[in-house]
Amino acid sequence: MKILSSQITPEKIYKNRRKFIKQLGLASGAMYFSPGLISNSKSANNLTDYNYVTTYNNYYEFGTGKSDPAQYSKDFISDPWSITIDGEVDRKITLSMDEIKKMFPSEERIYRLRCVEGWSMVIPWMGFPLNKLLEKANPNSKAKYVEFESVLDPEQMRGQRYPILDWPYKEGLRIDEAMHPLTIMVTGLYGKELPNQNGSPIRLMVPWKYGFKSAKAIVKISFVEKMPTSSWMKASPREYGFYSNVNPKVDHPRWSQATERVIGEGILSPRIPTLMFNGYEEEVAHLYKDMDLRKFY
Amino acid sequence: MCSIVYQIFYNKLGAEPVDKIINHFGEWTLIFIFLTLSMSPLKKITNSTVWIKFRRMLGLFVFFYASIHLLSYVGLDYRFDFQPILNDVLKKKFVFIGFAAWLLLIPLAITSSNKMMKILKHNWKKIHRLIYVIGIFGVLHFIWLSKTIFFKPLIFLVILIILLLFRVSFRRSSSKV
Repeated sequence: MKILSSQITPEKIYKNRRKFIKQLGLASGAMYFSPGLISNSKSANNLTDYNYVTTYNNYYEFGTGKSDPAQYSKDFISDPWSITIDGEVDRKITLSMDEIKKMFPSEERIYRLRCVEGWSMVIPWMGFPLNKLLEKANPNSKAKYVEFESVLDPEQMRGQRYPILDWPYKEGLRIDEAMHPLTIMVTGLYGKELPNQNGSPIRLMVPWKYGFKSAKAIVKISFVEKMPTSSWMKASPREYGFYSNVNPKVDHPRWSQATERVIGEGILSPRIPTLMFNGYEEEVAHLYKDMDLRKFY
Repeated sequence: MCSIVYQIFYNKLGAEPVDKIINHFGEWTLIFIFLTLSMSPLKKITNSTVWIKFRRMLGLFVFFYASIHLLSYVGLDYRFDFQPILNDVLKKKFVFIGFAAWLLLIPLAITSSNKMMKILKHNWKKIHRLIYVIGIFGVLHFIWLSKTIFFKPLIFLVILIILLLFRVSFRRSSSKV
């Protein structure tokens, strides 16, 4: 999301934001005249309260209710942790969380998160570009897609004891999507460690796609030749496509995606229009040119 | 009901207040449908007609909750902006079937008085069998709007099936007699 600094309340974020804007390489002039900003209400760009970010989300490993993740992930132990990068690579590597944190210093990225269910938040994530991590493994020429696998631990994750989805949770990106500078691996939010309920210790964040694409608690990343089948594609291929780009013009088969409700707003505040690619059209639209986004939903 | 009014008043509805209000009234509509459908099985089981006295009141609660559910969707969520609502009703099957269920409730509410019962005689019973259809529509509405059937929609479906199975078994046992 393009953000006017005056539109965000917490001051402690201010400095980091300047950094973030620079990192995105956005010309400041373009930001002020961004149509996306004008069409959205002012409040839509405020950071979502930390309480809502950490108590209201979907993480089916801990249950299907919105408050289940916060409630049932309290005792989740994610230490020690490591991520293995394998598949079509020159060398398979396994990195511990400590190594990852040392190798890739985290920076703040303020992104809008749009859930496929029709609500959104604005969250200050801490993390680093995924491409930095992927480059460590030297993918070979066969690597066309990247598959993400979340942890399988029914002992600690009560939701995995039921066949809600095909566990472990799997997601995928095309390699150019994975290498895009906006795609990040997240290790924290609001300047703190990533809470268990938000995908501790490390998760993906792809801001122009619906939230479920951003897999949590990732243990394995594989470069593959063929398009991977994600857990949601398996559960309902008609409803959840591989791309799942935020698109107000392509409805979910059962509900509209034209508008969204801003989390944390009062009962009298209206829905706001959903933006193409969640407001990141300028940065990512080129990835999908000549593609029929109705067909590749 | 009291709790939701308290929550609205004290701003305790959490992250998605409008959603919560709509869901609250939707869920309670279904619960009242189940309670309404439980009365005649209870009558058979306990051999007491006392339950039937509650049935009308419970049925009217169904209509009342369903109407607030619909009104909060139309008014709070869509601000009486009828273009997208019409779009939803026509294109989204969960909205369509939910709206259909509410429409079917209207004749039941209108004909709920003793007077109408007398006027309609045996037709009254036929009309009020619509509650089975409404129950099925209501549960389908819930299943279709949910991302997965786990767990609440599934629980509601099981309850509905049990309540409907009572009807089947009653009919069988009464036809034997």
